[in-house]
Amino acid sequence: MANWTLTSLARGIRTLHWPRNADLPPGAVPVRLHGLAAAPAWGENDASWVLRTEGSRGPLPARFRHSVHFRFVDAGADGALIGEVRLLDAPPYNLHRFGIFVTASPRAADVLLVGGPVTEAMRGPLLKAYEAMPDPKRVVAIGDEAIDGGVFGKSFTSAGGVAEVIPVDFIVPGCPPPPAAIIQGLRAAAGQYEAAAPEINGVQDGASATVSAGATSPASPAPARRPSGDKP
Amino acid sequence: MSTRTELLARLRTQLPKAGIWDAGPWIELRPPLAALRKIAAALVANFGCEFATLVTEARDADDSYMLLYFFYQPQDSILIAIRLAAGADTLVPAIGSQVHAAAWHERETEDLFGISFEGHPFLGDYVLHDALWPERLAPMRRYFDARLRVAGSGAGAAWQPRRILQQEGAITFPVGPIWADYNEAGLWLLETPGEQILGGLTRLFYKYRAVEKIAEGLVPDQALLLAERFSGSAAFAHAYAFCRALETLAHCQVPPRAHVLRAVFAELERIRYHAATIAELAGSTSLAVGKSMSQELEEQVLRLSGQLCGHRYLFGVCIPGGLAQSPDAGALAALGTGIADAADEFARLERLFVHTSSYLDRIEEMGTLRPEVADLYGVVGPVARASGRTVDLRRALPYGIYKTRAPEIPRETEGDGYARLRVYFAEIRASMALIQTLLTQLPDGPVATSCPPTAGAALGWTEAPAGGTFHWLRLDENGRVRRWRIAPPGFRNWHAFHRALEGAAFQDFHIIMASFGLSVAESDR
Repeated sequence: MANWTLTSLARGIRTLHWPRNADLPPGAVPVRLHGLAAAPAWGENDASWVLRTEGSRGPLPARFRHSVHFRFVDAGADGALIGEVRLLDAPPYNLHRFGIFVTASPRAADVLLVGGPVTEAMRGPLLKAYEAMPDPKRVVAIGDEAIDGGVFGKSFTSAGGVAEVIPVDFIVPGCPPPPAAIIQGLRAAAGQYEAAAPEINGVQDGASATVSAGATSPASPAPARRPSGDKP
Repeated sequence: MSTRTELLARLRTQLPKAGIWDAGPWIELRPPLAALRKIAAALVANFGCEFATLVTEARDADDSYMLLYFFYQPQDSILIAIRLAAGADTLVPAIGSQVHAAAWHERETEDLFGISFEGHPFLGDYVLHDALWPERLAPMRRYFDARLRVAGSGAGAAWQPRRILQQEGAITFPVGPIWADYNEAGLWLLETPGEQILGGLTRLFYKYRAVEKIAEGLVPDQALLLAERFSGSAAFAHAYAFCRALETLAHCQVPPRAHVLRAVFAELERIRYHAATIAELAGSTSLAVGKSMSQELEEQVLRLSGQLCGHRYLFGVCIPGGLAQSPDAGALAALGTGIADAADEFARLERLFVHTSSYLDRIEEMGTLRPEVADLYGVVGPVARASGRTVDLRRALPYGIYKTRAPEIPRETEGDGYARLRVYFAEIRASMALIQTLLTQLPDGPVATSCPPTAGAALGWTEAPAGGTFHWLRLDENGRVRRWRIAPPGFRNWHAFHRALEGAAFQDFHIIMASFGLSVAESDR
């Protein structure tokens, strides 16, 4: 009989110090952007993975900062995005240390995490899930497809983004966004991390980076630093 | 050569009315409509053929269409196609009762093209859910404009699940499409009189994004983006199959280095896919440490992929004619070391699992797909190989480097969750060994050659992590996609999934689902 407890203890803590320290290893973040919809405004040394939308309601009220519950809704997301979402609470990323937890029902959720272009068949379920959430609530759309439909665009079966069906507060571009980026999206909704202003497809010069990631919040000292070794 | 001539001769003797001729890439049969069922049944029963896919092509001018039923003969690696030309009022006989693997293909064709199959027991409400779409919609017909939302969408008839179980006190328990976990959107209706699941109904296509439709008129490079993104978790395998169809059309010779590297990427994807499945399976039984260890391994392989090519899920790596770029020597060396480290960890994890009796209690004799049922539904991939079927396109229809280097195909016969777990680990071992061998024998030279879009139609296939996938591609004279048919492995295996549920307890549902390791996104397209 295997002793899982001892095995686990012997392995020690496997969680990254990120975002407190810049220890995201190479390969934890994709270095080549293949997303068609939105290229995030990435500076030389900082990565702003999360953007506020135009009509964003901003982060949840301050009392939610250290305890936020979210529900993931798959509205036509691809398997890669689901894979990254499943890794959110894996040891390297350990979502729970931020006080962010998964909840089984939208009725107990503060944040709705949505992936996919919203297919015709998921339009109704998504709307129902959103309406079932108690106020105050926020929506984080993850992945290029959730932002504007991505490669699937707008069609008879694709709504062309989550914002076509329910209000969206934060977007996390990427195809798929890595777990670290999705976590930043959830932290932005929790008010632990200040998301950049919308600057989609903008070619930006490194100096005027729109990131002001959490400089005011002690919980999140510095934005994630991309290791210099992972440039294509 | 001789096996092909022999097979042709045997076909001609046994099926004199089939209209057999050698079409080059495949042997083509053009039987009269009335003989279709008999011939399809004979191919499977007498010639050991496996059903591959059903391709439908509608013509512009009139309402006529063409049906191509693809089969393959795994022993001799020969493709066989039955071709039918039909008009608007032709009644095509359904072959689903003879070749059960084709039943879902027929349902899909009926829904998307509006072609009725005579004698099919379950037609309608499949891809296009009745509650959402107006009746008599045929989106795959060429006159249908895919860019606009259909008038009346979302206001269709109220849908009620088909009730199969007739027993006092029996209920239908719905699971999905929004789950309490991170599961994909899909609906499972479990029929039960109490604790035991007596029957299940799989309702898919909540994630139908109409990839085949919106690809029409695109140039192949744009369609390639769709080929990677509709599935995501098996992006490389689908891009590879799509590119193989294009390369067949252009008679393009892929450089040897690209052949080897493609196999390296494909096997890397298989390792990552199976690691994720193992993690889900451990998680579904609440074995938290096992799940965490598997997830760490998955993340390790994802990072290796990211370092190797710049994308964690290998998007943008495979292009028509080869690969987008060759990883440099340093990255390949790091891959070799990374794989060697991961191999030790996987071996350790497997030892821990097989020595945990409480875990084995949950997965042994659970979700059993008996070999005869697996044969009936023609399941593919690791699920098939755990039920005694050794179908694997890398051996059955070898392509690329697999022509000279056929991989080990693990096989188990029990068909339960534990057999599937053993197959996943065995495949990871085989893939790792193959990558290590290939890395030592990597030829020098370019990794891509020019592959201009050429008019015509071709079939490309690969063995994706979840099983064989077929991509039928027809390009018009401007080099744009005219018809693209994807036959993903998930589509095949979900068909048989409910058979593994029969008799299981409610709390086993999640475990059985995890042990199948299937993607809904891949199946729904």
